[in-house]
Amino acid sequence: MSQNGHIETGTARVKRGLAEMLKGGVIMDVVTAEHAEIAQEAGAVAVMALERVPADIRAQGGVARMSDPKLIKSIMAAVSIPVMAKCRIGHFAEAQILEALGIDYIDESEVLTPADEEHHVDKWQFKVPFVCGARDLGEALRRISEGAAMIRTKGEAGTGDVVEAVRHMRAVSKGIRRLQSLRQDELPSAAKELGASLELVRETAELGRLPVVNFSAGGLATPADAALMMQLGCDGNFVGSGIFKSGDPLRRAKAIVAATTYYDKPEILAEVSEDLGEPMVGIGVSSLQRQELLASRGI
Amino acid sequence: MLALQGDVREHLRLLRECGAEALPVRLPEELEGLDGLVIPGGESTTMDRLMRAFGLLPALELALGRGLACLTTCAGTILAAREIRDGLPDQLHLGLLDIAVRRNAFGRQLQSGEVDLEIPELGPEPVPVALIRAPSIDEVGPEVEVLARYQGLPAAVRQGRHLGLTFHPEITGDPRLHRLFLSRL
Repeated sequence: MSQNGHIETGTARVKRGLAEMLKGGVIMDVVTAEHAEIAQEAGAVAVMALERVPADIRAQGGVARMSDPKLIKSIMAAVSIPVMAKCRIGHFAEAQILEALGIDYIDESEVLTPADEEHHVDKWQFKVPFVCGARDLGEALRRISEGAAMIRTKGEAGTGDVVEAVRHMRAVSKGIRRLQSLRQDELPSAAKELGASLELVRETAELGRLPVVNFSAGGLATPADAALMMQLGCDGNFVGSGIFKSGDPLRRAKAIVAATTYYDKPEILAEVSEDLGEPMVGIGVSSLQRQELLASRGI
Repeated sequence: MLALQGDVREHLRLLRECGAEALPVRLPEELEGLDGLVIPGGESTTMDRLMRAFGLLPALELALGRGLACLTTCAGTILAAREIRDGLPDQLHLGLLDIAVRRNAFGRQLQSGEVDLEIPELGPEPVPVALIRAPSIDEVGPEVEVLARYQGLPAAVRQGRHLGLTFHPEITGDPRLHRLFLSRL
Protein backbone atom coordinates (compact mmCIF):
# COMPACT_ATOMS: atom_id res chain seq x y z
CA MET A 1 0.00 0.00 0.00
CA SER A 2 1.04 3.62 0.00
CA GLN A 3 4.26 5.05 1.27
CA ASN A 4 3.67 8.45 2.83
CA GLY A 5 5.68 11.57 2.42
CA HIS A 6 6.65 14.00 5.12
CA ILE A 7 3.88 16.11 6.63
CA GLU A 8 4.49 19.84 6.36
CA THR A 9 2.84 21.65 9.27
CA GLY A 10 1.99 25.32 9.79
CA THR A 11 1.67 26.19 6.09
CA ALA A 12 -0.49 29.12 4.99
CA ARG A 13 -2.83 26.58 3.41
CA VAL A 14 -3.49 24.62 6.61
CA LYS A 15 -3.76 27.84 8.65
CA ARG A 16 -6.37 29.21 6.25
CA GLY A 17 -7.77 25.71 5.85
CA LEU A 18 -8.94 25.44 9.46
CA ALA A 19 -10.85 28.70 9.00
CA GLU A 20 -12.46 27.21 5.86
CA MET A 21 -13.75 24.37 8.06
CA LEU A 22 -15.38 26.89 10.42
CA LYS A 23 -17.40 28.57 7.65
CA GLY A 24 -21.14 28.78 8.18
CA GLY A 25 -20.60 28.35 11.91
CA VAL A 26 -20.60 30.29 15.16
CA ILE A 27 -17.58 30.85 17.41
CA MET A 28 -18.61 31.62 20.98
CA ASP A 29 -16.81 33.45 23.80
CA VAL A 30 -16.61 31.31 26.96
CA VAL A 31 -15.09 32.06 30.37
CA THR A 32 -15.36 28.61 32.01
CA ALA A 33 -15.13 24.95 30.99
CA GLU A 34 -18.84 24.67 31.76
CA HIS A 35 -19.65 27.47 29.28
CA ALA A 36 -17.48 25.72 26.70
CA GLU A 37 -19.49 22.51 27.10
CA ILE A 38 -22.74 24.42 26.66
CA ALA A 39 -21.35 26.09 23.52
CA GLN A 40 -20.30 22.72 22.09
CA GLU A 41 -23.68 21.19 22.93
CA ALA A 42 -25.39 24.07 21.14
CA GLY A 43 -23.37 23.41 17.97
CA ALA A 44 -20.58 26.02 18.14
CA VAL A 45 -17.78 25.34 15.62
CA ALA A 46 -15.17 26.69 18.05
CA VAL A 47 -14.90 28.55 21.34
CA MET A 48 -12.87 31.60 22.35
CA ALA A 49 -11.40 31.07 25.83
CA LEU A 50 -11.44 34.28 27.88
CA GLU A 51 -11.28 35.41 31.51
CA ARG A 52 -13.91 38.09 30.98
CA VAL A 53 -16.35 38.59 28.12
CA PRO A 54 -16.05 41.99 26.38
CA ALA A 55 -19.13 43.38 28.19
CA ASP A 56 -17.36 42.81 31.53
CA ILE A 57 -14.04 44.17 30.27
CA ARG A 58 -15.94 47.28 29.26
CA ALA A 59 -17.79 47.51 32.61
CA GLN A 60 -14.81 46.79 34.87
CA GLY A 61 -12.15 48.71 32.97
CA GLY A 62 -8.46 48.27 33.75
CA VAL A 63 -5.87 46.60 31.53
CA ALA A 64 -7.23 43.55 29.70
CA ARG A 65 -4.58 40.90 29.02
CA MET A 66 -4.19 37.33 27.76
CA SER A 67 -6.12 34.85 29.95
CA ASP A 68 -4.54 32.61 32.58
CA PRO A 69 -3.07 29.52 30.85
CA LYS A 70 -4.73 27.35 33.49
CA LEU A 71 -8.17 28.57 32.42
CA ILE A 72 -7.31 28.11 28.74
CA LYS A 73 -6.07 24.55 29.41
CA SER A 74 -9.22 23.66 31.34
CA ILE A 75 -11.32 24.80 28.40
CA MET A 76 -9.13 22.90 25.91
CA ALA A 77 -9.63 19.77 28.04
CA ALA A 78 -13.39 20.22 28.27
CA VAL A 79 -14.31 20.25 24.57
CA SER A 80 -13.34 18.50 21.33
CA ILE A 81 -14.01 21.49 19.04
CA PRO A 82 -11.20 23.99 18.25
CA VAL A 83 -10.25 26.44 21.00
CA MET A 84 -9.10 30.00 20.30
CA ALA A 85 -7.62 32.54 22.70
CA LYS A 86 -6.80 36.22 22.54
CA CYS A 87 -3.48 38.04 22.78
CA ARG A 88 -3.01 41.79 22.94
CA ILE A 89 -2.26 43.62 19.68
CA GLY A 90 1.50 43.48 19.10
CA HIS A 91 2.14 41.29 22.15
CA PHE A 92 4.15 38.55 20.49
CA ALA A 93 5.24 37.06 23.83
CA GLU A 94 1.61 36.38 24.75
CA ALA A 95 1.21 34.82 21.30
CA GLN A 96 4.27 32.61 21.92
CA ILE A 97 2.74 31.44 25.21
CA LEU A 98 -0.59 30.64 23.53
CA GLU A 99 1.22 28.70 20.81
CA ALA A 100 3.12 26.75 23.48
CA LEU A 101 -0.23 25.83 25.07
CA GLY A 102 -1.21 24.23 21.75
CA ILE A 103 -4.17 26.52 21.13
CA ASP A 104 -5.84 26.09 17.70
CA TYR A 105 -6.17 29.78 16.73
CA ILE A 106 -4.96 33.09 18.21
CA ASP A 107 -7.11 36.21 18.03
CA GLU A 108 -4.86 39.28 18.05
CA SER A 109 -7.64 41.38 19.48
CA GLU A 110 -8.52 45.01 20.01
CA VAL A 111 -10.81 43.83 22.84
CA LEU A 112 -7.66 43.48 24.99
CA THR A 113 -5.57 46.54 25.80
CA PRO A 114 -3.04 47.03 22.95
CA ALA A 115 0.61 46.32 23.82
CA ASP A 116 2.00 48.09 20.77
CA GLU A 117 0.42 51.11 19.13
CA GLU A 118 2.44 50.82 15.96
CA HIS A 119 3.16 47.17 15.18
CA HIS A 120 1.07 44.06 15.05
CA VAL A 121 2.49 40.60 15.73
CA ASP A 122 4.53 39.22 12.82
CA LYS A 123 2.21 36.29 12.36
CA TRP A 124 4.31 34.56 9.70
CA GLN A 125 6.73 33.57 12.48
CA PHE A 126 4.12 31.27 14.04
CA LYS A 127 2.81 27.81 13.17
CA VAL A 128 -0.47 28.55 14.91
CA PRO A 129 -2.93 30.52 12.74
CA PHE A 130 -4.16 34.01 13.66
CA VAL A 131 -7.45 35.82 13.23
CA CYS A 132 -7.45 39.64 13.31
CA GLY A 133 -10.12 42.32 13.39
CA ALA A 134 -10.71 44.83 10.60
CA ARG A 135 -13.00 47.79 9.99
CA ASP A 136 -12.45 48.08 6.25
CA LEU A 137 -10.63 46.49 3.32
CA GLY A 138 -7.33 48.28 3.98
CA GLU A 139 -7.15 46.99 7.55
CA ALA A 140 -8.10 43.49 6.44
CA LEU A 141 -5.42 43.37 3.74
CA ARG A 142 -2.76 44.81 6.05
CA ARG A 143 -3.51 42.10 8.62
CA ILE A 144 -3.39 39.41 5.92
CA SER A 145 0.00 40.69 4.76
CA GLU A 146 1.22 40.38 8.36
CA GLY A 147 0.15 36.72 8.22
CA ALA A 148 -3.46 36.65 9.48
CA ALA A 149 -5.14 33.47 8.18
CA MET A 150 -8.65 34.68 8.99
CA ILE A 151 -10.33 38.08 9.33
CA ARG A 152 -13.29 39.19 11.39
CA THR A 153 -15.02 42.54 11.36
CA LYS A 154 -14.30 44.41 14.57
CA GLY A 155 -17.80 45.68 15.22
CA GLU A 156 -17.98 47.10 18.73
CA ALA A 157 -17.47 44.25 21.19
CA GLY A 158 -19.41 44.01 24.43
CA THR A 159 -22.21 46.35 23.38
CA GLY A 160 -24.91 44.05 21.99
CA ASP A 161 -25.34 46.73 19.31
CA VAL A 162 -24.82 45.33 15.81
CA VAL A 163 -24.46 48.71 14.08
CA GLU A 164 -20.65 48.71 13.92
CA ALA A 165 -20.43 45.11 12.71
CA VAL A 166 -22.77 46.10 9.88
CA ARG A 167 -20.74 49.22 9.09
CA HIS A 168 -17.47 47.24 8.96
CA MET A 169 -18.85 44.36 6.87
CA ARG A 170 -20.33 46.80 4.38
CA ALA A 171 -17.05 48.72 4.25
CA VAL A 172 -15.05 45.56 3.46
CA SER A 173 -17.54 44.48 0.75
CA LYS A 174 -17.68 47.96 -0.75
CA GLY A 175 -13.89 48.08 -0.85
CA ILE A 176 -13.80 44.77 -2.73
CA ARG A 177 -16.47 45.83 -5.23
CA ARG A 178 -14.53 49.00 -5.89
CA LEU A 179 -11.35 47.01 -6.61
CA GLN A 180 -13.29 44.83 -9.04
CA SER A 181 -14.40 47.91 -10.95
CA LEU A 182 -10.85 49.14 -11.49
CA ARG A 183 -8.64 48.63 -14.54
CA GLN A 184 -5.43 46.61 -14.09
CA ASP A 185 -3.34 49.78 -14.36
CA GLU A 186 -5.35 51.42 -11.58
CA LEU A 187 -4.66 48.68 -9.03
CA PRO A 188 -1.16 49.90 -8.00
CA SER A 189 -2.54 53.23 -6.85
CA ALA A 190 -5.39 51.46 -5.04
CA ALA A 191 -2.81 49.24 -3.29
CA LYS A 192 -0.94 52.33 -2.15
CA GLU A 193 -4.12 53.87 -0.84
CA LEU A 194 -5.05 50.68 1.05
CA GLY A 195 -1.54 50.27 2.45
CA ALA A 196 -1.46 46.70 1.12
CA SER A 197 0.73 44.84 -1.36
CA LEU A 198 -0.21 44.93 -5.04
CA GLU A 199 -0.16 41.14 -5.14
CA LEU A 200 -2.79 40.89 -2.40
CA VAL A 201 -4.90 43.64 -3.98
CA ARG A 202 -4.83 41.83 -7.35
CA GLU A 203 -5.75 38.53 -5.73
CA THR A 204 -8.70 40.13 -3.89
CA ALA A 205 -9.95 41.87 -7.05
CA GLU A 206 -9.75 38.61 -8.97
CA LEU A 207 -11.50 36.51 -6.31
CA GLY A 208 -14.15 39.12 -5.54
CA ARG A 209 -13.65 38.33 -1.85
CA LEU A 210 -10.87 38.34 0.71
CA PRO A 211 -8.31 35.59 0.13
CA VAL A 212 -9.06 34.32 3.66
CA VAL A 213 -12.27 33.53 5.50
CA ASN A 214 -14.09 36.59 6.86
CA PHE A 215 -16.37 36.31 9.92
CA SER A 216 -18.43 39.03 11.53
CA ALA A 217 -18.03 40.03 15.16
CA GLY A 218 -18.65 42.74 17.68
CA GLY A 219 -22.20 43.35 18.94
CA LEU A 220 -24.22 40.36 17.68
CA ALA A 221 -26.86 39.36 20.24
CA THR A 222 -29.79 37.70 18.43
CA PRO A 223 -30.46 35.09 15.71
CA ALA A 224 -31.65 37.97 13.52
CA ASP A 225 -28.28 39.72 13.98
CA ALA A 226 -26.51 36.52 12.88
CA ALA A 227 -28.75 36.21 9.80
CA LEU A 228 -28.26 39.87 8.92
CA MET A 229 -24.48 39.52 8.95
CA MET A 230 -24.60 36.35 6.83
CA GLN A 231 -26.83 38.07 4.29
CA LEU A 232 -24.34 40.93 4.17
CA GLY A 233 -21.79 38.37 3.01
CA CYS A 234 -19.74 37.18 5.97
CA ASP A 235 -18.62 33.53 6.17
CA GLY A 236 -19.71 32.94 9.78
CA ASN A 237 -20.18 34.70 13.13
CA PHE A 238 -18.38 35.34 16.37
CA VAL A 239 -20.72 35.91 19.30
CA GLY A 240 -19.15 37.21 22.47
CA SER A 241 -21.12 38.61 25.36
CA GLY A 242 -24.42 38.06 23.50
CA ILE A 243 -24.81 34.44 24.61
CA PHE A 244 -23.60 34.10 28.19
CA LYS A 245 -24.89 37.55 29.19
CA SER A 246 -28.42 36.51 28.16
CA GLY A 247 -31.17 34.83 30.17
CA ASP A 248 -31.02 31.35 28.59
CA PRO A 249 -27.57 30.81 27.02
CA LEU A 250 -28.08 27.26 25.66
CA ARG A 251 -31.32 28.13 23.92
CA ARG A 252 -29.97 31.38 22.51
CA ALA A 253 -26.73 29.69 21.38
CA LYS A 254 -28.67 26.97 19.52
CA ALA A 255 -30.87 29.61 17.88
CA ILE A 256 -27.86 31.63 16.71
CA VAL A 257 -26.23 28.48 15.29
CA ALA A 258 -29.41 27.69 13.35
CA ALA A 259 -29.76 31.29 12.17
CA THR A 260 -26.19 31.26 10.83
CA THR A 261 -26.96 28.18 8.68
CA TYR A 262 -30.51 29.16 7.65
CA TYR A 263 -29.77 32.89 7.35
CA ASP A 264 -31.93 33.29 4.26
CA LYS A 265 -34.95 31.27 5.48
CA PRO A 266 -37.21 33.73 7.36
CA GLU A 267 -39.66 30.98 8.48
CA ILE A 268 -36.87 29.12 10.26
CA LEU A 269 -35.50 32.38 11.70
CA ALA A 270 -38.95 33.20 13.08
CA GLU A 271 -39.21 29.76 14.66
CA VAL A 272 -35.81 29.83 16.36
CA SER A 273 -36.19 33.45 17.53
CA GLU A 274 -39.25 32.59 19.59
CA ASP A 275 -39.17 32.65 23.38
CA LEU A 276 -35.42 32.98 23.90
CA GLY A 277 -35.70 34.82 27.22
CA GLU A 278 -33.92 38.05 28.03
CA PRO A 279 -31.23 39.18 25.57
CA MET A 280 -28.11 40.88 26.93
CA VAL A 281 -28.96 44.38 28.03
CA GLY A 282 -26.51 46.15 25.78
CA ILE A 283 -25.19 49.66 25.33
CA GLY A 284 -26.00 51.78 22.29
CA VAL A 285 -22.74 52.49 20.46
CA SER A 286 -23.83 56.08 19.84
CA SER A 287 -23.87 56.66 23.62
CA LEU A 288 -20.17 55.72 23.96
CA GLN A 289 -17.38 58.28 24.19
CA ARG A 290 -14.74 58.13 21.46
CA GLN A 291 -12.11 56.77 23.88
CA GLU A 292 -14.47 53.95 24.85
CA LEU A 293 -14.57 52.56 21.30
CA LEU A 294 -12.45 49.41 20.99
CA ALA A 295 -12.57 49.23 17.19
CA SER A 296 -10.19 52.17 16.67
CA ARG A 297 -7.35 50.20 18.32
CA GLY A 298 -4.75 48.64 16.01
CA ILE A 299 -5.57 49.89 12.53
CA MET B 1 -23.57 18.88 -1.35
CA LEU B 2 -24.50 19.00 2.34
CA ALA B 3 -24.20 22.73 3.11
CA LEU B 4 -25.05 23.10 6.79
CA GLN B 5 -21.55 24.19 7.74
CA GLY B 6 -17.96 23.64 6.65
CA ASP B 7 -15.83 23.90 3.52
CA VAL B 8 -18.77 23.73 1.14
CA ARG B 9 -17.37 26.31 -1.29
CA GLU B 10 -14.20 24.30 -1.96
CA HIS B 11 -16.14 21.09 -2.67
CA LEU B 12 -18.64 22.85 -4.94
CA ARG B 13 -15.81 24.37 -6.95
CA LEU B 14 -14.13 20.98 -7.48
CA LEU B 15 -17.40 19.20 -8.31
CA ARG B 16 -18.29 21.84 -10.90
CA GLU B 17 -14.75 21.72 -12.32
CA CYS B 18 -15.34 18.00 -12.83
CA GLY B 19 -18.48 18.81 -14.80
CA ALA B 20 -21.02 17.76 -12.15
CA GLU B 21 -24.23 19.62 -11.47
CA ALA B 22 -23.81 20.41 -7.78
CA LEU B 23 -26.33 22.03 -5.43
CA PRO B 24 -26.20 22.97 -1.77
CA VAL B 25 -28.51 20.94 0.52
CA ARG B 26 -29.76 22.36 3.83
CA LEU B 27 -33.41 21.19 3.93
CA PRO B 28 -34.85 17.64 3.85
CA GLU B 29 -36.72 18.17 0.57
CA GLU B 30 -33.50 19.23 -1.16
CA LEU B 31 -32.23 15.64 -0.87
CA GLU B 32 -34.83 14.42 -3.34
CA GLY B 33 -33.61 13.34 -6.75
CA LEU B 34 -29.89 13.42 -5.98
CA ASP B 35 -27.48 10.72 -7.21
CA GLY B 36 -24.73 11.57 -4.76
CA LEU B 37 -24.10 13.60 -1.65
CA VAL B 38 -20.83 15.13 -0.51
CA ILE B 39 -20.53 15.61 3.26
CA PRO B 40 -17.77 18.19 3.74
CA GLY B 41 -15.18 18.98 6.36
CA GLY B 42 -16.25 21.19 9.22
CA GLU B 43 -17.25 20.39 12.77
CA SER B 44 -19.00 17.04 13.06
CA THR B 45 -20.74 18.06 16.30
CA THR B 46 -22.24 21.17 14.61
CA MET B 47 -23.53 19.24 11.60
CA ASP B 48 -24.89 16.61 14.00
CA ARG B 49 -26.94 19.18 15.92
CA LEU B 50 -28.32 20.82 12.77
CA MET B 51 -29.20 17.51 11.10
CA ARG B 52 -31.19 16.44 14.14
CA ALA B 53 -32.95 19.78 14.62
CA PHE B 54 -34.13 20.34 11.06
CA GLY B 55 -35.37 16.92 9.95
CA LEU B 56 -32.45 16.02 7.70
CA LEU B 57 -31.71 12.78 9.48
CA PRO B 58 -34.84 10.80 8.48
CA ALA B 59 -34.71 12.27 4.96
CA LEU B 60 -31.07 11.25 4.59
CA GLU B 61 -31.76 7.73 5.85
CA LEU B 62 -34.54 7.40 3.28
CA ALA B 63 -32.28 8.69 0.50
CA LEU B 64 -29.51 6.26 1.54
CA GLY B 65 -32.07 3.45 1.39
CA ARG B 66 -32.83 4.50 -2.21
CA GLY B 67 -29.14 4.16 -3.06
CA LEU B 68 -27.75 7.66 -2.56
CA ALA B 69 -23.93 7.49 -2.71
CA CYS B 70 -21.76 9.62 -0.42
CA LEU B 71 -18.31 11.17 -0.62
CA THR B 72 -17.23 12.28 2.84
CA THR B 73 -14.18 14.25 3.99
CA CYS B 74 -12.86 14.61 7.54
CA ALA B 75 -15.88 15.62 9.69
CA GLY B 76 -18.13 14.07 7.03
CA THR B 77 -16.35 10.75 7.46
CA ILE B 78 -16.90 10.95 11.22
CA LEU B 79 -20.65 11.35 10.58
CA ALA B 80 -20.58 8.43 8.13
CA ALA B 81 -18.83 5.99 10.48
CA ARG B 82 -20.29 3.02 12.35
CA GLU B 83 -18.45 3.99 15.54
CA ILE B 84 -16.95 7.26 16.82
CA ARG B 85 -14.16 7.29 19.40
CA ASP B 86 -13.33 10.42 21.42
CA GLY B 87 -16.59 12.02 20.32
CA LEU B 88 -19.54 13.28 22.33
CA PRO B 89 -21.42 10.48 24.11
CA ASP B 90 -24.51 10.72 21.89
CA GLN B 91 -22.77 11.76 18.69
CA LEU B 92 -24.52 10.98 15.42
CA HIS B 93 -22.98 8.17 13.35
CA LEU B 94 -24.83 7.21 10.19
CA GLY B 95 -23.05 3.86 9.79
CA LEU B 96 -22.91 4.03 6.02
CA LEU B 97 -19.23 3.12 6.25
CA ASP B 98 -18.35 0.09 8.38
CA ILE B 99 -15.44 1.85 10.11
CA ALA B 100 -14.48 3.04 13.58
CA VAL B 101 -13.04 6.57 13.58
CA ARG B 102 -11.15 8.50 16.23
CA ARG B 103 -11.68 12.27 16.29
CA ASN B 104 -8.64 14.58 16.28
CA ALA B 105 -6.44 11.47 16.31
CA PHE B 106 -3.29 13.22 15.11
CA GLY B 107 -3.52 16.18 17.50
CA ARG B 108 -4.67 19.77 17.36
CA GLN B 109 -4.17 22.49 14.73
CA LEU B 110 -0.39 22.71 15.31
CA GLN B 111 -0.11 19.13 14.06
CA SER B 112 -2.23 19.87 10.97
CA GLY B 113 -0.33 19.83 7.71
CA GLU B 114 0.03 19.04 4.04
CA VAL B 115 1.18 15.67 2.77
CA ASP B 116 1.45 13.80 -0.52
CA LEU B 117 -0.55 10.56 -0.33
CA GLU B 118 -0.02 7.65 -2.66
CA ILE B 119 -3.32 6.29 -3.88
CA PRO B 120 -2.43 3.45 -6.31
CA GLU B 121 -5.90 3.42 -7.85
CA LEU B 122 -5.40 7.01 -9.03
CA GLY B 123 -2.05 6.34 -10.70
CA PRO B 124 1.59 6.81 -9.75
CA GLU B 125 1.37 10.56 -9.10
CA PRO B 126 0.68 11.10 -5.35
CA VAL B 127 -2.31 13.21 -4.30
CA PRO B 128 -1.46 16.39 -2.36
CA VAL B 129 -3.89 16.69 0.56
CA ALA B 130 -4.36 18.64 3.79
CA LEU B 131 -4.93 16.93 7.15
CA ILE B 132 -6.65 19.41 9.49
CA ARG B 133 -7.30 18.18 13.03
CA ALA B 134 -7.89 14.96 11.17
CA PRO B 135 -9.58 11.82 12.44
CA SER B 136 -8.04 8.38 12.02
CA ILE B 137 -9.77 5.22 10.86
CA ASP B 138 -8.91 2.66 13.53
CA GLU B 139 -10.94 -0.31 12.30
CA VAL B 140 -12.51 -1.33 9.02
CA GLY B 141 -15.18 -3.98 8.39
CA PRO B 142 -14.83 -6.84 5.87
CA GLU B 143 -16.63 -4.97 3.07
CA VAL B 144 -14.43 -1.92 3.31
CA GLU B 145 -11.64 -1.46 0.81
CA VAL B 146 -8.64 0.65 1.89
CA LEU B 147 -7.47 2.98 -0.91
CA ALA B 148 -4.77 4.90 0.98
CA ARG B 149 -3.04 4.93 4.34
CA TYR B 150 -1.47 7.66 6.44
CA GLN B 151 0.93 6.71 9.23
CA GLY B 152 -0.09 3.11 8.70
CA LEU B 153 -3.80 3.74 9.28
CA PRO B 154 -6.50 3.78 6.58
CA ALA B 155 -7.08 7.35 5.33
CA ALA B 156 -9.24 6.69 2.25
CA VAL B 157 -11.80 3.89 2.19
CA ARG B 158 -14.50 2.65 -0.16
CA GLN B 159 -17.60 0.66 0.62
CA GLY B 160 -19.91 0.08 -2.30
CA ARG B 161 -20.33 3.50 -3.93
CA HIS B 162 -19.45 5.41 -0.75
CA LEU B 163 -16.02 6.98 -0.45
CA GLY B 164 -14.70 8.15 2.94
CA LEU B 165 -11.59 10.32 3.38
CA THR B 166 -9.96 11.57 6.60
CA PHE B 167 -8.20 14.37 4.68
CA HIS B 168 -9.09 17.26 2.38
CA PRO B 169 -8.32 17.00 -1.35
CA GLU B 170 -10.66 19.99 -1.79
CA ILE B 171 -8.27 22.28 0.12
CA THR B 172 -5.33 21.42 -2.12
CA GLY B 173 -7.61 21.26 -5.17
CA ASP B 174 -6.67 17.86 -6.66
CA PRO B 175 -9.89 16.69 -8.42
CA ARG B 176 -9.02 13.00 -8.84
CA LEU B 177 -10.92 11.66 -5.83
CA HIS B 178 -14.01 13.70 -6.73
CA ARG B 179 -13.76 12.34 -10.28
CA LEU B 180 -13.49 8.81 -8.94
CA PHE B 181 -16.64 9.37 -6.87
CA LEU B 182 -18.56 10.94 -9.77
CA SER B 183 -17.54 8.16 -12.19
CA ARG B 184 -19.47 5.61 -10.12
CA LEU B 185 -22.72 7.55 -9.73
